Amino acid sequence: MKSRALRRIGLIAGAATTTAIVLAGCTGGGTPTPTSSGDGDKNFEGVELTLATFNDFGYTDELLAEFTEETGIKVVHNKAATSNDARANFFQKLGKSGLADVEGVEVDWFTEMMKYSDLVAPVPDDLKGRWLDWKEQAATDANGNLVAYGTDIGPQAICYRGDLFEAAGLPSDRAEVAKLFPTWDAFFDVADDYVAKTGKPFIDSANSVLQGLVNQLEIAYEQPDGTIVATENADIRAAYDTVVDRAIPIASYAGQWSDDWYASMAGGEFAAMLCPPWMHGIIAGEAPDVTGWDVADAFPEGGGNWGGSYLVVPANGANVEASQLLADWLTSPETQIKAFNNAGTFPSQPDAQSSADLTGFVNDYFNGAPTGEIGINRANAITVATYKGEKYFQFHDALQNAVTRVFDGLEDKEKSWNTWVTEVSAF
Amino acid sequence: MSFSQKLSKWDIKFSPYLYISPFFLMFAVVGLFPIGYTAVISFMDWDLVRNSGEFVGFDQYVWILSQPHFWTALRNTFSIFLLSSVPQLILAIFIAAVLDRHIRAKTFWRMSVLVPYVVAPIAVGLIFNAMFADQSGFINGILQAIGLSAVPWHVEPLWSHVAIATMVNYRWTGYNTLILLAAMQAVNRDYYEAATVDGAGPVRQFFAITMPSLKPTLIFVIITSTIGGLQIFDEPRVFDQFGRGGAAQQWLTITLYLYDIGWGQWNFGRAAAMAWILFIIILLIGLVNLVVTRSLVRDEGLHRELTRRQERKLAKTAKQSVKEDQR
Repeated sequence: MKSRALRRIGLIAGAATTTAIVLAGCTGGGTPTPTSSGDGDKNFEGVELTLATFNDFGYTDELLAEFTEETGIKVVHNKAATSNDARANFFQKLGKSGLADVEGVEVDWFTEMMKYSDLVAPVPDDLKGRWLDWKEQAATDANGNLVAYGTDIGPQAICYRGDLFEAAGLPSDRAEVAKLFPTWDAFFDVADDYVAKTGKPFIDSANSVLQGLVNQLEIAYEQPDGTIVATENADIRAAYDTVVDRAIPIASYAGQWSDDWYASMAGGEFAAMLCPPWMHGIIAGEAPDVTGWDVADAFPEGGGNWGGSYLVVPANGANVEASQLLADWLTSPETQIKAFNNAGTFPSQPDAQSSADLTGFVNDYFNGAPTGEIGINRANAITVATYKGEKYFQFHDALQNAVTRVFDGLEDKEKSWNTWVTEVSAF
Repeated sequence: MSFSQKLSKWDIKFSPYLYISPFFLMFAVVGLFPIGYTAVISFMDWDLVRNSGEFVGFDQYVWILSQPHFWTALRNTFSIFLLSSVPQLILAIFIAAVLDRHIRAKTFWRMSVLVPYVVAPIAVGLIFNAMFADQSGFINGILQAIGLSAVPWHVEPLWSHVAIATMVNYRWTGYNTLILLAAMQAVNRDYYEAATVDGAGPVRQFFAITMPSLKPTLIFVIITSTIGGLQIFDEPRVFDQFGRGGAAQQWLTITLYLYDIGWGQWNFGRAAAMAWILFIIILLIGLVNLVVTRSLVRDEGLHRELTRRQERKLAKTAKQSVKEDQR
């Protein structure tokens, strides 16, 4: 049983990051320094860079081969399975050695990284203005340095099941459905109506509504000056009340990504989901046999962003300049369009959003919905970038737990809120 | 004394230490150093990324002990530990006793009990999670089919502990069975033959011969499963999609909490303090276990009812009586 104890220690040291560690093992050494031609014009011929991403950024081997052709720089692409794997690996090696030359960072843990923004190389000034304002603002540190290259964003829309809507006497046409959801109140009224008529849950999860509401606030749990306002913030309390009072009764599950949730998606139990573009692939992949999914060009109270990523260049890398070139190239509007075609990652560059490749994009699974155009409209509707402090993840996770406790009937609304307040005071 | 004599003297004196030094060097590097380093970090407010810290004394320990989550985690850990170790050991002894008897295809059965142990813990987690899912799960499906109500595996603390303990038992019963079987095979067969001649049935033989002979092995198995049980991590971690012990900490265990503080909140000072607290708990429980096991399982007293001293005394008197007879 010694092996058991050892394995446990190993797990604590790396848990699911095995892949990441193994991958990182490949990143050390063997990278020749760039040869400068002397007259300021850099020659990167023969340089080899490592690129680390997770899930699917849409950076295929063919795409990276184009970069090699243009610059002579070879790219070795390491993919971690999940964003959590990448997060553990990233923070274990940041400031030390072993990180890839270009690293993918997800918005959920991006704010944690901003605390160490001095450890990554800033984005050259001439690239400023390439991204959407709020995308850039979130990546600008206290010294005014833009430190990360935006890749994709997650402008939320509403995915719905046209067949179930029709059966419940609701309109099923995309344009008609979009009119149903101008506000959250209207959204919940439609949902109540649906639940009353069919006796089935309307939306997949209560916590996705919480996510939607919180992502529309300017200040969530922390103020930009670092003051913690989590428990005093009336907006957070209001979001919690709304979710408990109105979202829980119409939701199928407390949270997403559970075995039950996946099974219920495959079985087609619920009629709607709040969905950023990256969710389209998940729905299509998990419920291949369910027909009737469609996307409405609407989101209550305007817009909201959920998810998206950045690329950063660790400042102590062997080839910072070449790495910056790679990050620059990968996040250029043209490349982002190609990535969108590959994996549905919605570009965060205004220039990319005027490209015909995007505006004309149609998703067959979602009843031929013009998801490219819908994404653009939804992205334009985003007016607020929620300030997410370095402990955002902890606060939000604990609040989600509070909702789950009410959903499961473990605690009532007030008690669960108070438990959250106690938990938050310990951070 | 010539130089070569001196050399051979040194050789005798120091070489043995040199030969065994690799182990101690390795132990110092991979064993002792991390333990000591953890102790140092546990007194600091540690920043992993910048690799620096500020000395804060016992603050981290105080913080941990004042967390309600810590006490919930402690409760859960013990609950899961008892729910897994106790049935697991009883079952393992039973299966080992069955395998110890003359059955057909012995090797096949003995190997097959080890199969679950070979399955990767994550795979076990995935399979059992699908079975224990609250709504779409196989087990709740069966319960409902026979007219019972579905069990809220991911809501009620006790049920979640039962589900997690089932995963643990699935993996570790076979492992313990084989160890106990090996110990049983070492018991002298003459005892059983004698007992059979004396008219003792299999049950009586089991309690009178097998169990007492297993004592040292049982102590080993119980101590190791205590250490493993208190460090339980994979099974609760894969029990839901977040791996953080549930919304109300229903199945948060100490190691899970430690992991979350370290790798979730990046607070390695607190995580290190937590590791030391866990170490002390395991030490204490291990000692308690040792004492209890020693007194509970009887010594090999049944086939040696007298102490050595009494035996010697008896032999002496017997000798004397023989001598007297000869006289």
